[in-house]
Amino acid sequence: MSTNTPAPTDQPSVGTARVKRGMAEQLKGGVIMDVVNAEQAKIAEDAGAVAVMALERVPADIRKDGGVARMSDPNMIEEIIGAVSIPVMAKSRIGHFVEAQVLQALGVDYIDESEVLTPADEVNHSDKFAFTTPFVCGATNLGEALRRIAEGAAMIRSKGEAGTGNVVEAVRHLRQIKNEIARLRGYDNNELYAAAKELRAPYELVKEVAELGKLPVVLFSAGGVATPADAALMRQLGAEGVFVGSGIFKSGDPAKRAAAIVKATTFFDDPKIIADASRNLGEAMVGINCDTLPETERYANRGW
Amino acid sequence: MALAEADAVARPIRRPEELAEVDALVIPGGESTTMSKLALLFGLMEPLRARVADGMPVYGSCAGMIMLADKILEGRDDQETVGGIDMVVRRNAFGRQNESFEQAIDVRGLDGGPVHGVFIRAPWVESVGEGVEVLAALDGDRIVAVRQGSLLATSFHPELTGDHRIHRFFVDMVRARPR
Repeated sequence: MSTNTPAPTDQPSVGTARVKRGMAEQLKGGVIMDVVNAEQAKIAEDAGAVAVMALERVPADIRKDGGVARMSDPNMIEEIIGAVSIPVMAKSRIGHFVEAQVLQALGVDYIDESEVLTPADEVNHSDKFAFTTPFVCGATNLGEALRRIAEGAAMIRSKGEAGTGNVVEAVRHLRQIKNEIARLRGYDNNELYAAAKELRAPYELVKEVAELGKLPVVLFSAGGVATPADAALMRQLGAEGVFVGSGIFKSGDPAKRAAAIVKATTFFDDPKIIADASRNLGEAMVGINCDTLPETERYANRGW
Repeated sequence: MALAEADAVARPIRRPEELAEVDALVIPGGESTTMSKLALLFGLMEPLRARVADGMPVYGSCAGMIMLADKILEGRDDQETVGGIDMVVRRNAFGRQNESFEQAIDVRGLDGGPVHGVFIRAPWVESVGEGVEVLAALDGDRIVAVRQGSLLATSFHPELTGDHRIHRFFVDMVRARPR
């Protein structure tokens, strides 16, 4: 984000890049949890979540049920908004800008244009500058992250492989993004043009990342976090916070596991606290091995 | 980063022993319910109250302002604050994210014109006690910056703008404090 302060005006302005990206700054260091009803939202809030993601089915159930996954019922989203005082996010399908318009009209605090739902457009993502509500988008590599930011995303998360309870893809994507940023840091100005072409991302953004040594927006991790140690791993690898989807409410004792993941995310560099948080959590979600997952069932391949 | 620009050394505080090593504290934005919960869970709340009572300078922005309030409205039932400023703060008073905004505001005691205030699901101060100095307000009655003794609080986020005058103001408060 630009650090230059614009000429002050007397009129309040809403939906600016600074207000959108600044919202994600407030979530840093925290855990955002998938919830499917008001009761789960309260459990998440009680456990210390910094926000909840309202959706009809957690990714593990979307995988099991199959069919087309869409935006959630507005009634359900409103119930969740009414039940908690922390920020509420909700998912739209990739390229389904009308679902996004509906979510904005409902007053959600952040829209996740998510590969977990069935894409509505196989060429275009939504124009996120057209909204007051900020967007978070998934990415598997730096080029993808920068294309989303170029479309107006105010926060990025690794895609991982949602609903598997397997952290391997989240690790792959986060490492990929961090490695590509580190590589850019070593380039001189002559090389950045070709780098932009290779990354299929706007030159200005590529240059900004090369200078900052990080994305210009907050970077979280998502897709497969199931244990306190998983969350701490993503933090140690450089994620500024974590999304936890199926991992909490598909486990034996959701309230306890949720609180434990919050602790481990805050004290991600303190193995003693992570050890204590990991004790007696009951059954973790069963999980799926990603290498046995057919290409067509990999959500990370959705979006481009 | 804003503190470094204001010539201070910043370090994160998550544990009581880390708190004991600093001269002053900034409680940043974030989710105040989460902050309160973690502060209680990891035994930071009482040491914080003790340091505040002892006169440690603290600057709280947004959620940090909520943490410094003696009384809050629209908080969770079990939400505790550090307290220290005799004020009533309304959480999320300016509304949800769609209502979040930026606007120029005049802050009393700050040279160089208005600051650019970034308000994100921001609280406001509903009322203040006698010892509290109001530094800025919107539309006359929505108080967004206050000071009481060595405690400073703003509803907005100066760290998002690149204008470090508020942080410098706070660092000057810390340096001016008699020891």
